[in-house]
Amino acid sequence: MSSPSPARTGSTPRPAPPDDTKLALLFIAPAALGFLVFLVWPTVRGIYLSFTRFNLLRPAEFVGVDNYTRMFADPVFWNALWVTLQYVVLNIGFQTILALVIAVMMQRLTQSTWLRGLILTPYLVSNVVAAMLFLWILDYQLGFGQVVLESIGLERIPFLGSADWAIPTIAFINTWRHVGYTALLIFAGLQTIPETVYEAARMDGSSEVSTFLRITVPLLRPILALGLIITVVGSFQVFDTVAVATQGGPVNATRVLQFYIYDLAFGRFQFGYASALSVALLLVLMAVTFVQYRLTRADSTDLD
Amino acid sequence: MTDPTAAPTTDPQPVPASGPTDEPARRRRLSPGRALAWLFMILVILATLFPFYWMLRTALSSNNALYSGSTDLLPVGFSTGGFERVFGSQTGEEAIAAGGSGASIPFWRYLFNSVVVATLVTAGQTFFSAMAAYAFARLRWRHREKVFAFFLAGLMIPAIFTFLPNFVLIKQLGLIDTLLGVALPTMFMTPFAVFFLRQFFLGLSREVEEAALVDGASKVRVFFQLVLPMSVAPVTTLAILTYMTAWNDYFWPLMVSYTDASRVLTVGLGVFKSQAPQTGPDWAGLMAATLVAALPMLLLFGVFAKRIVNSIGFSGIK
Repeated sequence: MSSPSPARTGSTPRPAPPDDTKLALLFIAPAALGFLVFLVWPTVRGIYLSFTRFNLLRPAEFVGVDNYTRMFADPVFWNALWVTLQYVVLNIGFQTILALVIAVMMQRLTQSTWLRGLILTPYLVSNVVAAMLFLWILDYQLGFGQVVLESIGLERIPFLGSADWAIPTIAFINTWRHVGYTALLIFAGLQTIPETVYEAARMDGSSEVSTFLRITVPLLRPILALGLIITVVGSFQVFDTVAVATQGGPVNATRVLQFYIYDLAFGRFQFGYASALSVALLLVLMAVTFVQYRLTRADSTDLD
Repeated sequence: MTDPTAAPTTDPQPVPASGPTDEPARRRRLSPGRALAWLFMILVILATLFPFYWMLRTALSSNNALYSGSTDLLPVGFSTGGFERVFGSQTGEEAIAAGGSGASIPFWRYLFNSVVVATLVTAGQTFFSAMAAYAFARLRWRHREKVFAFFLAGLMIPAIFTFLPNFVLIKQLGLIDTLLGVALPTMFMTPFAVFFLRQFFLGLSREVEEAALVDGASKVRVFFQLVLPMSVAPVTTLAILTYMTAWNDYFWPLMVSYTDASRVLTVGLGVFKSQAPQTGPDWAGLMAATLVAALPMLLLFGVFAKRIVNSIGFSGIK
């Protein structure tokens, strides 16, 4: 069949490698089709649509930078950006700190896969399920969370019903779902720090806390950085929880960017303007990734 | 002629091992610090699992009894009515009397749709990505590295950015409100899957493959009968994670589905919620529905927990 023939050109010490171009084209054809049709083309088209007026019924009409001019003057857009930013900061803050503590505790206490599995459970259910659960647990009238608050002498809090509490609550719900995953990621990173480093620290009489702050955290930096880039980028795209739990309300308190984009496209059929906002989000994400990458030097390790 | 599958499939495990896991069991005694740490872990686990218990407890309660404000840890007014309303085995009047909306919810239909979509996405994406990954890892062809770099650049585009234009495309294809329309955009590949599998294939020992080639096996055969069997572990892990992602997806199906014909469970759950009766939400029914939506993934996790837990870290970050 395709047994390699003896070297023809003599330029290679081994038999000339057969050229697999035909077979390779066959093998990458389905993936390349999906890649071009559902990733590359939409990206180009999304950028193009952002320069048009388009309501799905009539063909897109080129309007230059009108959508962008409108965006800069749109207070709802700026509010959405601000609300999204608040959400990202709170969510990443809660999640990273809690995950770091859980990971370090797990490393010191147990290697049990079972325990790690339990911690990961919420990550296995959808955002929709998580949102429904906490909609019920935090319900102002009947929620169990309210009962707990009263039992420790606090007043009931309208978690998802007040403008001040809604974003922190959404951030909390998503932290509940994702913290186990982040913790396991950091846990995996902790395994890469050699035991000898800790031994040395102990020899030098370093306390637990200072070992953690001066050894563990700096050595974890690359994995923390990479994890942060992923979670921050994911965080900016928050949609599901908002759509199920608050629908952007009260008023615009949780109208995050992605929910505003959805509302513009499917509530008001302004696909052109919605695309412009998508491009803005894309640019924000790229900038965030770039800055984070530079700041945290995610590609280098201190272990060498 | 030798059978390539008979070759020793000594899995070289090119996956970077997760480092030394044999941490010496130091200080077995329960110091105050350790006790405190355990207390913290127990609180974390409680906070993790309690919502699931509360979901079950509510689902098995009678909705009217819930409105009395009972905080009993056991179901109040034990009833399977919530589940009956979800699966439509209560009549409209019964459901309304029990605090439901009385509208029927085709939950079996949603469940079926979710299975179809997640299966299509998983089977297609895993298989096609594996084929492409093999072409990038093992076949020799011009511009291979350039094409691969182009694929990798796709990682930079958040899927969410493609949703609006993809919606327009799916509409033009006439696939709005069909299961194929929901599945299609992720059925062929994701840059991550191609990248992940290519890394694994590159780490496989070439010797076995080359021996088979010398024996006259074609590269197609080597892929199907050697490379794929040697890669069962990472391919399975990838497939499970893909299945879960597809199952839990909400935003894209929400865009494409308009009727029950193509609604998946996550979207159906949202519909069920929005049909709350005037008197207040049917919490027992809602929690029963939420439980039914979550259960398949929890069961899948129960079966593959170890594999999933261990995949985090080495599979990189998804």
